Amino acid sequence: MTNPDPQPGSPDKEPATEAQAAQTALGNTERAETATTPKQPGDGGRPSLGRLFLDNLWAANTFTVTLLSLVLAMIVGAVLIIVSDPDVLATYSYITARPSDAINSSWTLVSEAYANLFKGAVFDPEAFSGWLNGSNGWEAVLAPISETLTYTAPLVFTGLSVALAFRGGLFNIGAQGQATIGVILAALAGFLLPLPPGLHLLVAVLAGALGGAIWGFIPGILKAKAGAHEVINTIMLNYIATYFLTWLIVQNGIQDPNRTDAISRPVDASAQLPRLLGDNLRVHAGILLAVLATWAVAWLLNRSTLGFELRAVGANPDAARTAGISVTRTYVLIMVFAGILAGLGGSNMVLGSTASALTPLVVAQIGFDGILVALLGRVKPWGVALAALLFGALQAGGNRMQSYSGISLELVTVLQALIVIFIAAPALVKAIFQLRAARAARLQTSLAKGW
Amino acid sequence: MEPGEIHALLGENGAGKSTLMNVLYGLYQPDEGEILVDGRPLKLKGPSDAIAAGIGMVHQHFMLVPVFTVAENIMLGAEQVRGGIAGLLDRRRARREVAEVSERYNLRVDPDAVIEDLPVGIQQRVEIVKALTRDVDLLILDEPTAVLTPQETEELLAVMRSLKAAGKSIVFITHKLGEVKAIADRITVIRRGRTVGTASPEASRDELAALMVGRSVRLTVDKTPAKPGRPVLEVAGLVVDDDRQVRAVDGVDLTVHAGEVLGVAGVQGNGQTELIEAIMGLRPLLAGTVTLDGQPVHGWSTKKVLRAGVGYVPEDRSVDGLVKEFSVAENLVLDIYDQPPFGAGLALKPDEIARSAKERIEQFDVRTSSAEAPVGTLSGGNQQKVIVARELSRPLKLFIAAQPTRGVDVGSIEFIHSRVVRERDIGTAVMVVSSELDEVIGLADRIAVMYRGRIIGVVGPDTPREEIGLLMAGITPDATGASGTPGGAPAPDGAAPAPEVPGSEDKA
Repeated sequence: MTNPDPQPGSPDKEPATEAQAAQTALGNTERAETATTPKQPGDGGRPSLGRLFLDNLWAANTFTVTLLSLVLAMIVGAVLIIVSDPDVLATYSYITARPSDAINSSWTLVSEAYANLFKGAVFDPEAFSGWLNGSNGWEAVLAPISETLTYTAPLVFTGLSVALAFRGGLFNIGAQGQATIGVILAALAGFLLPLPPGLHLLVAVLAGALGGAIWGFIPGILKAKAGAHEVINTIMLNYIATYFLTWLIVQNGIQDPNRTDAISRPVDASAQLPRLLGDNLRVHAGILLAVLATWAVAWLLNRSTLGFELRAVGANPDAARTAGISVTRTYVLIMVFAGILAGLGGSNMVLGSTASALTPLVVAQIGFDGILVALLGRVKPWGVALAALLFGALQAGGNRMQSYSGISLELVTVLQALIVIFIAAPALVKAIFQLRAARAARLQTSLAKGW
Repeated sequence: MEPGEIHALLGENGAGKSTLMNVLYGLYQPDEGEILVDGRPLKLKGPSDAIAAGIGMVHQHFMLVPVFTVAENIMLGAEQVRGGIAGLLDRRRARREVAEVSERYNLRVDPDAVIEDLPVGIQQRVEIVKALTRDVDLLILDEPTAVLTPQETEELLAVMRSLKAAGKSIVFITHKLGEVKAIADRITVIRRGRTVGTASPEASRDELAALMVGRSVRLTVDKTPAKPGRPVLEVAGLVVDDDRQVRAVDGVDLTVHAGEVLGVAGVQGNGQTELIEAIMGLRPLLAGTVTLDGQPVHGWSTKKVLRAGVGYVPEDRSVDGLVKEFSVAENLVLDIYDQPPFGAGLALKPDEIARSAKERIEQFDVRTSSAEAPVGTLSGGNQQKVIVARELSRPLKLFIAAQPTRGVDVGSIEFIHSRVVRERDIGTAVMVVSSELDEVIGLADRIAVMYRGRIIGVVGPDTPREEIGLLMAGITPDATGASGTPGGAPAPDGAAPAPEVPGSEDKA
């Protein structure tokens, strides 16, 4: 921390085309190193914690680091699996007498659990051999991938939402609330509007985007006009959105007339996203929209005048203002775009195959997971897509792990959290130390400057 | 330093006054040389060592906790505790100490007042009391009058006299001649990190001013006489506040003609920054008009002003001029990214941006590894060239450059100056604001001197530098006799207590 830490210059050229993108995303390791340029000493900048954190995240979060974090998280997860199983734990009481018992049973438990995680998320050899000898259909082979992609789609949207705001210098904690309002408007459009197929779906998806846009606009305009901090406002709006949803579901005309519990009428079939691989597999067109959105955000950030403004405002609002960019307008636009993305993520939750009606938990945690996804994906569009894929796979595999190995689904949440902690913690620690050093330096320079 | 002496340290911005004092206070470690106290060399590892050696310092920016009371602030860092380890803060004792010190040196402060409710002058007094409760013999006051009104300055000078009478020594850092002459026993002038002279307070203002602003190296700019044309920029009756809502520009009238360079000289913080920001639409104006080619432009957005043909080099390039994380190419289009050929509708044209960047880098001799290198990796001079290149690569009516060569190497200075003159010669109206007097004299065809938010005089470039130096210190030739009032900055207009150095704390 005393020596000038390398700081990413982050010229941050996003890949121009989709094809390049996949290549670059995999080549993160090399890129991060080349992008690292020595920090200019005494440049008088005033780094915020968020800025430093981001810089360090970019510097630290290479592909290898991500992989190592994954491995570390799984090791910690293995310990948790062992500790939570009473039978295996019992073998540890006589570990000095017969260590093989403890080791064997632990190994069996953990390896089976992780094997199920893999089988549920990527590929199940048994289903494959079953398909070869005709005991089950091809759907069973593709089922894990289908599940993974189903969970991935909404996370891509919320991840992009958080990442886009981050690039513009705003911390959008409100993806959850924006997704919630998005899910409400999408569902309302889905079961209240009698529209022809095709148009109905389009309207429902756009309604979701609109809902998110509204919920993003509010903190955006408050930030721009009143200087209200977006973190606080988005958190508050999350609560409002959640309880509004809870209230709305049980209202007349919204609640399913055949049910007494809190569930709304189902979305019409004409407003549901079409399934891609037949009715037996849950993967739906949302994943295609997600890829499209990723491309659009990448284009917006790097190939558009708006993205130029956004990045300039995010990196140095003073210089942006001096160059004639309206910082307040940009803040509002950033939050609206972030809201649109989160709202689209919300639409996925009710127009896709995970649910077709509003319930209090219909959005799950996609907004908060989106923050993790954005950080894991180094707040770059294609990185976010890959991070969402990883989280989707963990979610899908976790379901199988729960039903086959009896390991609680919450372990997956723990794993996700651990991965992010392992990646983010070094960056965070470094950021805090650097900030402290910077602060001390600033104190001294401000003392030294004088008139 | 002698006991009971007031020693003034005089120098321009960035001359090294504050740095020297920070070394004395232990905040910085000297690279070479040593400090002698009572004839013994002193090793300071930090401010606590300095306090132990009897050195106290009142910083330019007060080190007070705004929500604490005076007594709490004074005991901060030396908390007195009653009743053992888990004890209570001994507020009563702190209050008593404050009262004692106040009494002894005639420094009235209310120990129970909350800092944020107090005016700046009293806050400063609290700082002084804080230093005195630590039993210091040598008190360093770093630009103490910078934030004070003339009345508060008067009171401070009185306090300093009573401290002197009590046998305390004071180092008084300033760049204001009037105060120095009023109170100092001895004056040391520092320029560019060196002592350039020691003077007694009897020395004339002219001598002091010459010592302060004089330069051993004089840069000359080759140029032909100006051929001024129509007035391009006209500013009338402009009034602007700074960030602290203190009047910074107080009725400025200016005209810049096509084909001439108007130099604005003045000590940093006399409203130059705010004047330009108001012209550029970055700061709201409270009164007055700004017209460009006869068209009123006040109230326009910055973008609109830039589009109207105004080029602007901001005074702080790392804060306002460049996005350091962006590449050189991106910074070269920072204010024209959405104009053809670089942007069409919503789309950027990266190829055009790269092509034009190559040209500019060539034309303006920007030394960079590539157009894609982050601009933060460039040297200061080359960063500045990027800004100049950006602003001069479109047709301009008016070119405003603030501190265009601050922190820039000599080679780049010459290059930038020649570009400024070339811009003038093609008929652009040019306004150069600089606190480097040589730069202004070298470049300008007319020199306007700003002092306390006003244009105190407009002179030709052949005016002797001493005369300009006096103007910068607020002394107009006809008022020289009258302004010798002891104590405090002479305020020829008396009525307008414009602050000496508004809003320039971190920009200097």
